Amino acid sequence: MSDKTEYKGLKGWIEHRLPIFSSLEHFSKYQTPKNLNYAWNFGSMAGIALVLQILTGLLLAMHYTPHIKMAFQSVESIMRDVNYGWLLRYMHAVGASMFFMVVYAHIARGLYYGSYKSPRELLWFFGIILFLAMMATAFMGYVLPWGQMSFWGATVITNLFSAFPLVGESIVTWLWGGFSVGNPTLNRFFALHYLLPFMLLGLVVIHIATLHQHGSNNPTGLDVKSKKDTINFHPYYTVKDFVGFGIFFIIYAYFVFFEPNYLGHPDNYIPANPMVTPTHIVPEWYFLPFYAILRSIPNKLAGVLAMFGSILILFFLPWLDKCKIRSGNYRPIFKVAYLFFIIDVVFLGWLGGKPAEGDYISMAQVATFFYFFYFLILVPVISIYEKTKPLPASISEDFAKHKGA
Amino acid sequence: MTNRRDFIVLTASALTAIGAASFMWPVIDSLNPSADVLALASTEVDLTSIKEGQVVKVAWRGKPVFVKYRTPEEIAAAKTVPLSELRDPETDEQRTKPGHEQWLIMVAICTHLGCIPIPDSGDFGGYFCPCHGSDYDTAGRIRKGPAPLNLIIPEYKFLTDTKILIG
Repeated sequence: MSDKTEYKGLKGWIEHRLPIFSSLEHFSKYQTPKNLNYAWNFGSMAGIALVLQILTGLLLAMHYTPHIKMAFQSVESIMRDVNYGWLLRYMHAVGASMFFMVVYAHIARGLYYGSYKSPRELLWFFGIILFLAMMATAFMGYVLPWGQMSFWGATVITNLFSAFPLVGESIVTWLWGGFSVGNPTLNRFFALHYLLPFMLLGLVVIHIATLHQHGSNNPTGLDVKSKKDTINFHPYYTVKDFVGFGIFFIIYAYFVFFEPNYLGHPDNYIPANPMVTPTHIVPEWYFLPFYAILRSIPNKLAGVLAMFGSILILFFLPWLDKCKIRSGNYRPIFKVAYLFFIIDVVFLGWLGGKPAEGDYISMAQVATFFYFFYFLILVPVISIYEKTKPLPASISEDFAKHKGA
Repeated sequence: MTNRRDFIVLTASALTAIGAASFMWPVIDSLNPSADVLALASTEVDLTSIKEGQVVKVAWRGKPVFVKYRTPEEIAAAKTVPLSELRDPETDEQRTKPGHEQWLIMVAICTHLGCIPIPDSGDFGGYFCPCHGSDYDTAGRIRKGPAPLNLIIPEYKFLTDTKILIG
């Protein structure tokens, strides 16, 4: 971006009116720390997952009918009658899971390498907002096939809002457009499920604009100090991202072609029945940790607040973590706590898929306690008292030591 | 406020803001239940075919409603519970109609997150919600688990001794 290129001829004529070529140049000459590891691949994977969801979703919407009497049938007709309908639907359903997988990895990367710390707090905020919008989109999408899990998932999740005193019940009726989950609910969820991905796209633009203000964090967590610390994004990281895409598509294709229903629930192939609750309601796997937190607390309002709180607490992380050193590589105690936190979230996810009874409840209570203990006590206390390891002088020095360049 | 032009700008912007805010009402209210949904008729239930101890599920406003013919033991069990043990204290009399206390009419929706509880099950011989483990007694009162309130009693009346009108 340092030296401005002069555009001539037609290119120059267009550039004078629409700065398209200089914008493209911004991306190709965008300076990126030269030591990024594969943990930095998940952002671009999330991007490609979003694009694929929009593309397959658009085509599915052309065959889907948002009406309680026809929705289930139209999905079955997509599976059986529409040319390659099965492929589009499985890509869309598995694609949602892939999207969450890479986003969870992306968040875990940020948590370990301190990517939320100054000056990237707003970048982190837009990430959390993206995550929330993504969860809303996925939830509403899961309702559309109008199977048993769709219906009862919608019932349970919308009822979360009834926990709020005084206004709760009115909010739920307003969300439903009736006295129970019904046709008005399905219609509005379809409309919103179509709208939200484009809002996600807009948020992604802001997320990237915020990223490009200070550039990517890196495994050392050090700021870029000279040109020696960076390389052009293109072709170096475009190529590295392509390697990630390859692995992403291998896993994606494995699920789409060999285990398309592994991540779903068989009950959703039973048409919705408002008179019968399935004996065991479980959300999709990507919501299980939060579902476990909700169920672990034997009080409705407290359970709902804990569940929302478990995500909203991320907004406070840049101030809960007082350590000036970003990367977990130089924080021996934080590193251990972080490992336990990741195990705890996976454990919560496992518990969320188990029935809410007996020992599972007490285990979920311990795991929920640790989740909040990590953010509210462990992270702040460690960040104050931890003796950190010495930092390298610069990104390029560290890079030379490890890669011998 | 320095001059006439500032005054015009201020009042014009204020009115625009009020106008835009007022438009929010129809936008938000359009999402509330529409007239045809509100007009959904009340439901009549004939009780003659229900046997003692049996529970029947009927649909009312798209929601299931339990109509339970309680046995004398179940009624006795509900009456002996001291109010101090209840999370949402209500006597058995408050949950039935006088002279018809064998009939328990309740919206069959768990007050936790809206699943349908399973009748004649759980630790209190009443209703057990499998979703998150809420346990209700033979009068549909919450005894254990995350639900905050007793199962809701809809508005209903006895048209005759064997016929009720819900809603």
